[in-house]
Amino acid sequence: MSAWGWRRWLLIGPPFLWLAVFFLLPLGVVAAISLTQAADAIPPYTPLLTHGPNGLELQASLANYREIANGDLRAYGNSLVFAGVATVLCLLVGYPIAFAIARAPKAWRNPLLFLVILPFWTSLLIRVYAWIAILQPTGLLNRALAALGLINSPILLIYNDFSVVLGLVYGYLPFMILPLYGSLSQLDENLVEAAADLGARPARVFFAVVLPLSVPGIIAGALLVFIPAIGEFVIPDLLGGPGTLMVGKVLWQQFFDNVDWPSAAAIAMVMVAMLTAPLLLAQRFVERPHSSRMGANET
Amino acid sequence: MALLEISGVSKNFGAVSAVDRVSLSVEQGELFALLGPSGCGKTTLLRLIAGFERPDRGRIAIDGGDVTDVPPYRRPVNMMFQSYALFPHLDVVGNVAFGLKQEGMARGRREARVAEMLALVQMSDYARRRPHELSGGQKQRVALARALAKMPKLLLLDEPLAALDRKLREETRLELIGIQERVGTSFVFVTHDQEEALGMASRIAVMDKGRVAQIGSAAEIYERPRSRFVADFVGAVNLFDGVLAAGFNAVALKVPGLEAPIALLAEAELPEGGEAALAVRPEKLRLSPGRPEGIAIAATVEGINYQGGVSVVHLVAASGHALKAQMASAAATSFERGMPVWASWDPADGVVLAR
Repeated sequence: MSAWGWRRWLLIGPPFLWLAVFFLLPLGVVAAISLTQAADAIPPYTPLLTHGPNGLELQASLANYREIANGDLRAYGNSLVFAGVATVLCLLVGYPIAFAIARAPKAWRNPLLFLVILPFWTSLLIRVYAWIAILQPTGLLNRALAALGLINSPILLIYNDFSVVLGLVYGYLPFMILPLYGSLSQLDENLVEAAADLGARPARVFFAVVLPLSVPGIIAGALLVFIPAIGEFVIPDLLGGPGTLMVGKVLWQQFFDNVDWPSAAAIAMVMVAMLTAPLLLAQRFVERPHSSRMGANET
Repeated sequence: MALLEISGVSKNFGAVSAVDRVSLSVEQGELFALLGPSGCGKTTLLRLIAGFERPDRGRIAIDGGDVTDVPPYRRPVNMMFQSYALFPHLDVVGNVAFGLKQEGMARGRREARVAEMLALVQMSDYARRRPHELSGGQKQRVALARALAKMPKLLLLDEPLAALDRKLREETRLELIGIQERVGTSFVFVTHDQEEALGMASRIAVMDKGRVAQIGSAAEIYERPRSRFVADFVGAVNLFDGVLAAGFNAVALKVPGLEAPIALLAEAELPEGGEAALAVRPEKLRLSPGRPEGIAIAATVEGINYQGGVSVVHLVAASGHALKAQMASAAATSFERGMPVWASWDPADGVVLAR
């Protein structure tokens, strides 16, 4: 190996090592456990390799996956729907905010961004409890509405799909705003002026120039919201009702309540597979603007 | 009626007065230059015409219609930006067609117009390229095609050649003139480069500190500048500051350091005792070893700057004035550093500038 190759490996080696030790290895362990069976032992699963008459024998089984496939898939569907709805709502709420911050006077931008990040200074758990205090039947919101004479009896605002989506949007909104801001603040003001100069009204300027050029920010924000929202446990557990079943909750139940590590590991592997799909899709989208084919059907 | 009529327009940014009571008009088919140093307000004036800025005072009319309160997307003008501002997500065709789409032009006509515009700027072979795949000169052509596609009554160009290298700039200058003649649209362009303004424009407005210092043809601006600023900014000049005094049969300029007052061929009335300056272009300055008749200033050759076909002889007068004389390089070889000479000029070549 040449000196150059040796040095190159020295540079890119550490991050690879980090990935291998702290991501691939644990993922491999989870994958391995997902192929075993629950057992009353320590650790609580059957060994993957056993000593048999022919030496080491592999005891892998896909039983856990079969169980998932034949079982109730609603939790997976729910997770996809909740995460999807939350992502779309985050985009609809976050885009105007990011746009306003990017267009605000320079001196205002950093203080406004600081306000977006401010909630992170408190634990998510505490903030979700605060939402319970706001939303519950005897909570702030119901009391305020009653005091204003708008309602006679408390309305159900919590322990349903509404409160779960509200919690997800609230919790993940900053992850949508920040990449959108990054993308919108880099937009060349001359492009907006050029579009107006060529006869585009403000709405057309937005849809023909601003929106297409902020697509990378939209994709980054959507991934940053969608991926963690799928596996979210705290928000649906605290704000959701008995009917709102999400993968994170099922995984928790299998792991802690049923002490079924192999089944929980299989659920985790299915989740990873579910998340890989949108990532690959997004990568194709992000790469598209660099190819010279896009826009070929203009005019 | 003038195509563009600007009357008494002012624009302030905070406490800074960017454009100050500017009035000017541009006729149909003109190639009009706004010339001035950076910060003189020329770009702000262009943006006021385009509609990106609203004037604090004054009116702007295009083709007889008052557009002062009309937003940019409804003005019959288009602009070529200094940075070109091509849409990075659209290819060349998409960029040129953008304005036509906003008009709602039918697809067939639009395609024909785009093809015509690309042929005009010789970019037909690059129709499917994206802006990042083009060179600076190619981007400039696409930007020009995009701005001309809607056939505006008036095309605004912000430093159209500034981003190009010197050789390309000179070629493009001639091309721009050719395109302007062919399409017949009035061009108003902003430049800080006096060569560019002199070489391209049919008329020039020289701007200084937000105000118009002088408007005229290139020859008028260069030969008959009306202020010290214009004489100094447009081209090289030898300036003599002094006080007006009565001479034998005309007004003369008493310049500190010069033994004799300079007799002036005054066209206008010049107040005796007033401060004035005399401007003489370097190519009008004659050098001779012996003292000639008339106005003559004793000087010493400081150095000779060879510029190819012409050379500039730098002099220091006995009075302390630094002078420049431009002549054919062959003529400059008869001078050398340290040589005493007499500098003189035809009185008709001296321009009196009231201060």
